[in-house]
Amino acid sequence: MSTMTFGRAINAGLRRAMEHDPKVILMGEDIGKLGGVFRITEGLQKDFGEHRVLDTPLAESAIMGTAVGMAYRGYRPVVEIQFDGFIYPAFDQIVCQVAKLHYRTQGAVKMPITIRVPFGGGIGSPEHHSESPEAYFTHTSGLRVISVSNPQDAYTMIQQAIASDDPVLYFEPKRRYHARGEVDESVDLAATSMEDAHVVSPGSDVTLVTYGPLVPTARDAAIAASDDGLSVEVIDLRSLAPIDFATIEASVRKTGRLVITHEAAQSGGLGAEIAASITERCFNYLEHAPVRVTGFDIPYPYSKLEFHHLPDLDRILDGVDRVMGRPNSLSGLER
Amino acid sequence: MPLNDTASAGEDTLIQLLSPSGVRRENSDYDRWVADVDGPALQALYEDMVVVRRIDAEATALQRQGELALWPPLLGQEAAQIGSGRALREDDFVFSSYRENAVAYCRGVDFTDILRVWRGNASSGWDPFTINMATPQVIIGAQTLHATGYAMGIQNDGADSVAVTYFGDGATSQGDVNEAMVFAASYQAPVIFFCQNNHWAISEPVGLQAHVPIANRAPGFGIPSVRVDGNDVLACLAVTRQALNRARTGGGPSFIEAVTYRMGPHTTADDPTKYRDANELEDWAAKDPISRLATLLQSMGLMTDEFVAAVNTKAAEVAAKLRSGCIEMPEPEPMDVFKHVYSTPNSWLDRQQENYGRYLATFESDPAATEGSH
Ligand SMILES: Cc1ncc(C[n+]2csc(CCOP(=O)(O)OP(=O)(O)O)c2C)c(N)n1
Repeated sequence: MSTMTFGRAINAGLRRAMEHDPKVILMGEDIGKLGGVFRITEGLQKDFGEHRVLDTPLAESAIMGTAVGMAYRGYRPVVEIQFDGFIYPAFDQIVCQVAKLHYRTQGAVKMPITIRVPFGGGIGSPEHHSESPEAYFTHTSGLRVISVSNPQDAYTMIQQAIASDDPVLYFEPKRRYHARGEVDESVDLAATSMEDAHVVSPGSDVTLVTYGPLVPTARDAAIAASDDGLSVEVIDLRSLAPIDFATIEASVRKTGRLVITHEAAQSGGLGAEIAASITERCFNYLEHAPVRVTGFDIPYPYSKLEFHHLPDLDRILDGVDRVMGRPNSLSGLER
Repeated sequence: MPLNDTASAGEDTLIQLLSPSGVRRENSDYDRWVADVDGPALQALYEDMVVVRRIDAEATALQRQGELALWPPLLGQEAAQIGSGRALREDDFVFSSYRENAVAYCRGVDFTDILRVWRGNASSGWDPFTINMATPQVIIGAQTLHATGYAMGIQNDGADSVAVTYFGDGATSQGDVNEAMVFAASYQAPVIFFCQNNHWAISEPVGLQAHVPIANRAPGFGIPSVRVDGNDVLACLAVTRQALNRARTGGGPSFIEAVTYRMGPHTTADDPTKYRDANELEDWAAKDPISRLATLLQSMGLMTDEFVAAVNTKAAEVAAKLRSGCIEMPEPEPMDVFKHVYSTPNSWLDRQQENYGRYLATFESDPAATEGSH
């Protein structure tokens, strides 16, 4: 066991994957000498050389498209998208090519590409630097989408993503890069599946589902709720596509109440998918309709106002009060 | 690896009217484009460059003092921006990236407006139609397509104004920029592609983006191009005037590569010592755009004490106005997050806004709770 930051844990995981498999190569803007704008790839070009850690020209569609060609050639590219908002120039390559080639070729062509995306807000950045685009990708069949929330998962799951023969979008909550945690580097990668959700803290009154940047916030909300005599079970999804519904289902059968929270906009988001799926599966167990606590249906706002958009502890607790039928901001409105 | 700096080689091919040591050079092709630039006009260009450098320094200081979240300095690029910016007519329209504050200055921007975005108070600092300059673009290269489309509109309208788009050397790698050139050439649109090759795209040297001078690409699209000394304000003015004239008279698009240098960091969040050699900075400091014009003015007897004092006073005034404008900027209201998402009401968003209003109201009885919640 050692203690490291989230960012360091990804770095250590990348290093381990590169040592393990010479076909793993990293590609992206500024990832070489600079070590990436968040320094996640720091030192890797120095140690593995310019042929395995490629500073690419400034062109996301080209980075993704050439990664497709590399994958045809038997490589396992790990692509860094500098910020969430810059993934869109690569969108066509991801959804039309990366996601579909295995299907189109009856399984002949594998696309073991990992796409690392620092995502989410809360760091006071200008526009296009704080987005939560995960739902675009969970909506695209053929892609796996994961989001990590702590250094151990960051370390383990980057290696699992790279080892996967499917394309994986790996969403890194950038506002947690400096969070520290224990990392067991001797972890057995085969022992946990990339698809499993985790029960972060057990509870019996309400199931609170989240992922990535909001996991620590949800845990804090559960602690605050317990001071109020409420027992909240927090689930970290980890995998956003596919979603481990069995874990959520088991929890909701126990609690009868579901709150989902994410930074992304509400409409057409993952919260809607989870609410609908759990209602289908557990309707008879539900004491209250599932409630979503999410970002608004607005472009990510300028930084002075971003903390109104981002769900925080109090907004999550307000959602918990709603499913509990306790006084809340919408009391009497039956919304 | 493709890191050799061939793309910046060949300084002798640069159009230059003012040498780095401040000597006026004759050029039979370009002199006529600046024949009207007399002593007072040169002084005005000098003043512009000093003032925008001062704006830049003040904004950098404001960032260091925590008043701005971020700032992208233009230090070193004053001549490229002032030379081109001062060539434009009021009805021309600019589509820039995030570093063209000196161009915005030429368009007559209110200084405080430049800072709104970087303080985190707005997503756009100004109304594009009041200064005929689009809101700055963060997505690398996207604005070149917008400029081309705007130019196609000008053409359809039978007008003789011009769209001018600014972007960096790194941007030339993007599909958007290349696609913009295809459209511009296809329709012979009145658009100028103004590339400031400042040698770096964050940590990546220009040699990673291009193996031949960037200006060489445009002819392949059917667009005439020039390479100009981007630290020579007179040459930048001349080549831009020439390109504007071509566009206004139906001659179609032009590409200008202004070879210059980003003397500071990429943004205040960047640390260039991680990737670039200090000697490089020294070499370029010797080609500084402001000091070379100062030398010329000196030789003409125009750097009088009065003139220098007047310029410094102006710069100090602008800086003071910038600082107070920044510090006194009103804070946005929470409910502003819901404004302008749509131009007509949207039932989904209306409901979210109403609910959030009710939520905020629950804190009203307990003001301490509101503070603690964010
Ligand atoms: C599509 C996109 N990808 C990546 C970025 C991140 N980014 C911001 S500025 C920059 C470098 C731009 O270099 P260049 O085009 O040469 O312009 P300069 O900043 O040097 O003026 C990068 C990679 C971005 N803003 N947009």
